[in-house]
Amino acid sequence: MTDLATHPTPAARGRSLTDDAIARLRVNRAATLSLGVLVLLTLFALFGPLLSPWPYDQVNKDHVWVPPLTDGHLLGTDALGRDLLARLAMGLRVSLAIGLVATLVSLVIGVAWGATAGYIGGAVDEAMMRIVDVLYALPFIFFVILLMVAFGSNILLIFVAIGAVEWLTMSRIVRGQTLSLKQKEFIEAARAAGLGRMSIVARHIIPNLLGPVAVYVTLTIPAVILAESFLSFLGLGVQPPMASLGTLISAGAQDMEMAWWLLVFPALAMAATLAAFNFIGDGLRDALDPKDR
Amino acid sequence: MLRFIGRRLLVAGPTLLVVITLAFFMMRAAPGGPFDSERRLPPAVEQNLKARYGLDRPLPEQFLAYLGGVVRGDFGPSLKYPDKTVADILKQNAPVSLKLGLASMILALAVGVSLGVLAALRRNGILDVGAMGLAILGVCVPTFVTAPLLILLFGSTLQWLPNGGWNGGALPNMILPVIVLALPQAAILSRLTRAGMIEALAAGHVRTARARGLPEAAVVLRHALRPALTPLVSYLGPAAAGLLTGSLVVEKIFNLPGLGKFFVISALQRDYTVVMGMIVVYAGLVLFLNLLGDLMLAVVDPRVRLS
Repeated sequence: MTDLATHPTPAARGRSLTDDAIARLRVNRAATLSLGVLVLLTLFALFGPLLSPWPYDQVNKDHVWVPPLTDGHLLGTDALGRDLLARLAMGLRVSLAIGLVATLVSLVIGVAWGATAGYIGGAVDEAMMRIVDVLYALPFIFFVILLMVAFGSNILLIFVAIGAVEWLTMSRIVRGQTLSLKQKEFIEAARAAGLGRMSIVARHIIPNLLGPVAVYVTLTIPAVILAESFLSFLGLGVQPPMASLGTLISAGAQDMEMAWWLLVFPALAMAATLAAFNFIGDGLRDALDPKDR
Repeated sequence: MLRFIGRRLLVAGPTLLVVITLAFFMMRAAPGGPFDSERRLPPAVEQNLKARYGLDRPLPEQFLAYLGGVVRGDFGPSLKYPDKTVADILKQNAPVSLKLGLASMILALAVGVSLGVLAALRRNGILDVGAMGLAILGVCVPTFVTAPLLILLFGSTLQWLPNGGWNGGALPNMILPVIVLALPQAAILSRLTRAGMIEALAAGHVRTARARGLPEAAVVLRHALRPALTPLVSYLGPAAAGLLTGSLVVEKIFNLPGLGKFFVISALQRDYTVVMGMIVVYAGLVLFLNLLGDLMLAVVDPRVRLS
């Protein structure tokens, strides 16, 4: 991580804390580079299928395990003769979508839970955080597996299952922030102006939580993508012919001795995605860290 | 201190109960049952089988009976392997997973801590860059990628190590699975150690120790390392959970006869009692390690037990 404290950005007049954070983020080379990588990956996920004349699920028995850059297959084909480029774009799309949606689920639950517990405080806070403690100690992956086994794997269930687990840390972070925000004068002013508890939480507490929440969101997305791939690898996630990075890597691992490209390209896409999100998250944390200001 | 332990146990009890309740009812809500097979059993036979295992009784009654059994340490018979109890299966498979997990933990600690300390001592040096690289690798390359790649390199291509299998826990069979399992944990541990060490080295007491002319090794090992390692102690619980999760994949890829591999199969086969038994054991282990971590933290850091 670049140590920003040693070369502070020159002070300018009329500069908001947000401007400050953006300036800090832009000096962070790893984060800006990652942002670029992420944009490219997203574009590939959205428009990648256009680069390939074949749909992602078209089987071709005469073109099995075609190596990359042969017969128009830029990244080669898999054991069923399906074009890897098209499948990779599809898999990336599914993985990114799962990452975003499940994170959104965890965001909504986590922020609502944490802000409420932190703001109300007292016995309610104690009870709500005990529940989080108990859920924290659950070996969650086993429950996700049970859920998948019990109700069959469909994408919706994956969203809910992963999102429902990832909100725990979010709620802890939000609660901690709320506890300190609650002491601030502007909250007292809002209370004096006669605002109700819930509107104070919604209008004043939650908007002020955005910084730390944004950091955690960027770190949750890769965690979710990883969790989904993990399930897909065990055969419990996305079902064929649909693809996610996890199913592609799983299939690639089985065929790697015949066709290395089936493992290498999805693995690279996965590593690039995870690295990009992690660097952006770290960069955001450094940029927003009040200790550095 | 006793109050501290008591409070932690107060959380652990309900947690285990929640685990058992959730797992029990989720398993039962799943369509299909343990006696489904390609050939449909005659209804009378199925009825008898269900009666034999008490599956024909109302669900709440079964639940209470199961809970009673667990309290007495009785996990019941396996539904798929009629001649074995759940305890037999656990006894047979758990040692594999435990041996794997323990070896990985030791390797991860050794690599992670030493790399973290050296990286903090020589900031921006080669080792620091190496530690950072390992940390990124551990975060971005999941176990189900490293495992096949290592098998491809050391197993199939170089033929130095076996591609998989347990072989009674022989050393060559252990090397790759242990490395794969340890890598993500070593990455996290090295980051934690590095951060803790940098903070500790800047602390007043370390400067005092230096000012008094202590040799550098004594300063680092005796005065800086201890506070730097405190965060690691509280990471014990999450690390164990991470190893358990990783073992599901590693045992599958390397074809090892451990609990993780058995868990998914049993869940798919609706072997209710075996699945429940494994979840109880896993959850108990994670809770125990969390508790142990908390206790060790309280021993190492008095501020924790006083708050």
